[in-house]
Amino acid sequence: MNRSTIDLWVGIFVTIGFGAIVFLALKVGNLTTLDAKPSYRLEANFDNIGGLKMRAPVKAAGVVVGRVESVRLDPKTYEAVVTLKIDNGYHFSKDSIASILTSGLLGEVYIGLDAGGDTQMLADGGKIAKSQSAVVLEKLIGQFLFDKASSGAPK
Amino acid sequence: MPASTVVRGMRRIGAGAINAIARCGFAARFFVAVLYHSPSAFRRLQLTAREIYFAGVLSLVVIMVSGLFVGMVLGLQGYDSLNKYGAGDSLGIFVGLSLVRELGPVVAGLLFASRAGSAITAEIGLMKTTEQLSAMEMMAVDPLARIVAPRFWGGVISMPLLAALFSVMGVFGAYLVGVRLIGVDNGTFWGNMQAGIDFWPDITNGIIKSVVFGVAVSLIAVFEGYDAKPTAEGVSAATTRTVVGGSLAILALDFVLTVFMFRGMANV
Amino acid sequence: MNPNPPQPAAATAVAATNAIELADVTFGYNRRQPVLKGITMTIPRGKVVAIMGGSGCGKTTILRLIGGQLRQQSGTVRVGGQSVRDLSREALFALRRRIGMLFQFGALFTDMTVFENVAFPMREHTDLADPLIRDLVLMKLHAVGLRGAAQFKPSELSGGMARRVALARAVALDPMLVMYDEPFAGLDPISLGVVGQLIRKLNDALGITSVVVTHDVYESLKIVDYLYFVSAGRIIAQGTPDDVRNSTDPFVRQFVDGEPDGPVPFHYPARPYAEDLTAHAR
Repeated sequence: MNRSTIDLWVGIFVTIGFGAIVFLALKVGNLTTLDAKPSYRLEANFDNIGGLKMRAPVKAAGVVVGRVESVRLDPKTYEAVVTLKIDNGYHFSKDSIASILTSGLLGEVYIGLDAGGDTQMLADGGKIAKSQSAVVLEKLIGQFLFDKASSGAPK
Repeated sequence: MPASTVVRGMRRIGAGAINAIARCGFAARFFVAVLYHSPSAFRRLQLTAREIYFAGVLSLVVIMVSGLFVGMVLGLQGYDSLNKYGAGDSLGIFVGLSLVRELGPVVAGLLFASRAGSAITAEIGLMKTTEQLSAMEMMAVDPLARIVAPRFWGGVISMPLLAALFSVMGVFGAYLVGVRLIGVDNGTFWGNMQAGIDFWPDITNGIIKSVVFGVAVSLIAVFEGYDAKPTAEGVSAATTRTVVGGSLAILALDFVLTVFMFRGMANV
Repeated sequence: MNPNPPQPAAATAVAATNAIELADVTFGYNRRQPVLKGITMTIPRGKVVAIMGGSGCGKTTILRLIGGQLRQQSGTVRVGGQSVRDLSREALFALRRRIGMLFQFGALFTDMTVFENVAFPMREHTDLADPLIRDLVLMKLHAVGLRGAAQFKPSELSGGMARRVALARAVALDPMLVMYDEPFAGLDPISLGVVGQLIRKLNDALGITSVVVTHDVYESLKIVDYLYFVSAGRIIAQGTPDDVRNSTDPFVRQFVDGEPDGPVPFHYPARPYAEDLTAHAR
């Protein structure tokens, strides 16, 4: 086992090792998507964000256009203030609606943007005026029971 | 039980505890000494390259084959359980996260400890027994710089690469089983995986774990070899200690690191 | 028996300081059991001196004290006039570069060839160019008769050959002092003769001082200038080969003649024989 053979094998080893790390980063993870692209920020208020997490996708018509950057509670209005990072290529009108949706029954929570008809577009730091909060299952069930009880014949 | 036996037993426990603590202290000083002598290991890159060959390249087959099998089993078992909840499409992300966050670093680390760690300990222990280390000292060459440090760094450099290769082979194995064998949709498999695994924190934390494991196992391996009693039984006992101690260290460190890294994931 | 080691001639006494001096050295691996008790010996420059004794009497320990691998609890160990224990790390390393040591069974580096083993000290301590190192290594190997075995690995060598390669390695940097730890152990008669002759010839040709730790009486008497006998941590006899051959000291006689019983008893201390045999009957 002479020196050049060892050097060759070590070189191969280190190369495929780093290649594996790169593969994991790109193919298994999502390093290429979004993080590096230039983007601007918008804010939206919600009564309840449900299971919305950091870096959850922001989709318009089902296409991912950005990510949730941060979430905080407004101490005065007790509303959740969500900061969205939107790719520079996409612009939304001032009367767009931001809704918190779930993809599938057990799927992840994301923010859906429905564009409106206003000619003026939201700029960096703009605020989305209309929002629809997450559907909280307990409230839904409570609503259902309440409707059922009030529509049934009084006993 | 007669009092004298109890007293003797207590003395033995006390002596053992003091011995263990003294050994820990010696190991810590040894670690500092190895780090101190490391620059010369890198100046003579040939030495370290040789050790990367013996620790890393010679472990390739075991790591990659094990990774493949672990991935295939994950694919089978994972699909079986996920399908019950109609979540068969999540197989990709399930396998990916399991491997990248935990199984890759940990299982690769355990395999590394048994294969490369024991080999390093046996080699250094044998050099001690045949007085090669003494001979080097008497020739005014510090064995820590010439023999120990290159082997330590060979292990530390090899570990993350092996863990990554293990994860890749695991994902491939799960792909073979899930997409080719069972019939999970190819696009869904990769798409869900990519959507759910982030470079930061999942992959980087996996890399950090494998580096930490590499340091722990390599340190234990070189220390046990250097500290071995210079007899056949001594070297054999040292090799055993490397495998057992290294494995336990990996599992304990895995717990500690996981708590620190992923405890924030449960929240927003 | 001449109690004084050979003194250098008066005219050159000033120039020729003793190569090694041990003065009342006491050493033990743990405090309670000293291995060496009050050892005093002088080894003059240019001579071959043997330290003899039974197994485990502390002979190898003396070598380690001289080389600075161990530190004595009391007494002084001087090499070339310097006290070894008081040397700084750099000074100790500088000293070791001028000392060659032949370890028991060779201690060759098993992952390198014979050539690489002999080249090792040169590569580590000098900046010599490769062609020059190659020539020097071949010269050293030629001196021990193994120039043709340069590409073998230590595992491919016989015991005698390995010992000779280790000798070549020990003198690779032309040291001022060479220490031999049991150089004759386990060798066939031919190799014994070869190693013995090499020790003597190299000592005289290179003008070095040699210390040989051994219990091979026959070979030692053929080649050394002076002998020290160590038993139970003390020097109990010393003299030139002629003194030793004609000695009447019981220990020296037992050692030289190879008598099983004498000052060093045959039986390890035990109960009386009859008592031991009938013990189970109680």
